[in-house]
Amino acid sequence: MSTIAQDKALLEGLARSEKGAIEAIYRENYGMVQALVLNNTGSPDDARDIFQEVMIVLYEKAGLESFELNCQLKTFVYSVARRLWLKKLQQMQRYNSTPVENLQETVPVDEDIELHEQKNQQFGYMESAMGKIGEPCKSLLEAYYLQKKQMQDIAADFGYTNADNAKTQKYKCLVRLKKLFFAQYKNGG
Amino acid sequence: MDDILLMDAAERYSKGEMSAQEIVFFEELRKNNPDIDQLVVEHNFFLNELDVYARAKAFRHTLHETEHKLAEEGLITKSQLRGKAKLYFIWNKYKRTVAVAASIAGLISLTTAGLNLAFNKNINNSKLEMLVQEVSKTQKDVDKIKNAASSNNPAAKPTPSVDYMATGFLIDAKGYIVTNAHVIAPMKQHIYVENKKGEYFTAIAVSTDVRSDLAILKIVDTGFHSPGILPYSIKRLNSDLGEQIFTLGFPRKEIVYGAGYLSAKSGQDGDSSAYQLTIPANPGNSGGPVINGNGEVIGIITGKNKGADGVTYAAKSKNIFKLVEDLKRQDKDFQTIKTPSGNILRGLDRVQQIKKLEDYIYMVVGN
Repeated sequence: MSTIAQDKALLEGLARSEKGAIEAIYRENYGMVQALVLNNTGSPDDARDIFQEVMIVLYEKAGLESFELNCQLKTFVYSVARRLWLKKLQQMQRYNSTPVENLQETVPVDEDIELHEQKNQQFGYMESAMGKIGEPCKSLLEAYYLQKKQMQDIAADFGYTNADNAKTQKYKCLVRLKKLFFAQYKNGG
Repeated sequence: MDDILLMDAAERYSKGEMSAQEIVFFEELRKNNPDIDQLVVEHNFFLNELDVYARAKAFRHTLHETEHKLAEEGLITKSQLRGKAKLYFIWNKYKRTVAVAASIAGLISLTTAGLNLAFNKNINNSKLEMLVQEVSKTQKDVDKIKNAASSNNPAAKPTPSVDYMATGFLIDAKGYIVTNAHVIAPMKQHIYVENKKGEYFTAIAVSTDVRSDLAILKIVDTGFHSPGILPYSIKRLNSDLGEQIFTLGFPRKEIVYGAGYLSAKSGQDGDSSAYQLTIPANPGNSGGPVINGNGEVIGIITGKNKGADGVTYAAKSKNIFKLVEDLKRQDKDFQTIKTPSGNILRGLDRVQQIKKLEDYIYMVVGN
């Protein structure tokens, strides 16, 4: 039986994208979530999708400064998975007279789901903006802002004569990315 | 002050790269110009969003990798089970209708196929170019000289003298490689596979299927060590028209990348077990994997049309499964073959995908 302190340590590892933590949470909880989905008209693929989303919810929660865990991780995972699956069923309009049974105790997760939806939307905005700017902008921005490469190395990789040229190009790309991002952000918000 | 200078200033400010003098100037500027201040605030907000995105993206990637690993271990089940169950259900329901329809269709297709064969066979062969490369005498001489030079080093295995070269890729990290049947057909004596590092391993053909033009090789060399879990998956379903695809192969002694798109859902003369691709291919590309943006192998390059530039044909990837299943039925030694079930290439950019792929693609050579 894991204690809340151990669970908390796992979530802290998760916030740092540590492989070990992700794997441990999978091993501890995957069977439970899969059973929940399979027992309620879902498929193994649905179970995988739901579990991935639960992991993202956990990651976002663990990254908050105000993060605290008030129950066992297992209970939290179950509660989030149950809510996400209900929602999916509703979207697919398969949610008729057979409600998802509570196999285990649940805790309220409304706030967490709300935060997740908001973060997911923002992730989607950036992903779609990145998808639209085209090459070489996409690779250039990814190299600098995602992979955190040095400007000198980027200049060499992309064939710019010097780091300053690469930098100017990077900012031009960034202006376009910003425009694409905010266009959605303002419409969506 | 133009936008670029301002953005640069904002970034250097937040990174702490400014001199004390610059900081004073910059803070003064913001205080006195609400417009500029607004721009800086907006830019910082955006950079923060970008950083959150970068970390979320990295997290999702690690998540996929972990899921992939656990699926390999069998902890996570994939959906194939559901597919079978559903199919079975439909089959039961429509068994009789299907049986009648099938026998009629069977008769018609047999007749048409017969006619096609009778009339088209000769034309077919003259139009289709198989992409195995015959190694020239000059190249062989060069290899001989290289061998002579490296023979001082006892650790290096001598390069065998080979007559033909093409491409193949792993479908099971234990050393099972898929290539074309026509690639190994002329290799009467020895088959070798060579990895990116130039290491040679002896291989044997364990299965060939001339109809789909595929063959499975097994590396039997004791020096072979598995390069690890395969990063790509093999697609069971048909792919869509217009899908962006790429291939890696050995038209020369170095791995070469080529990109294109899926241009028809059937191969030469309506062959439904193949695709037509628009992608450059040269002798040596035969047996190379055709991979889509999600990192799924959708086909295997087989040949190109002599008459038209860039028209390349590829066997559909689902043929691989058929071959593997036949093999498993024939011999229990092959029961352990396990085709990859997930992939970690999804969401990576092309350069990263290729880096992860290279180790699993082999030059197939022989004499």
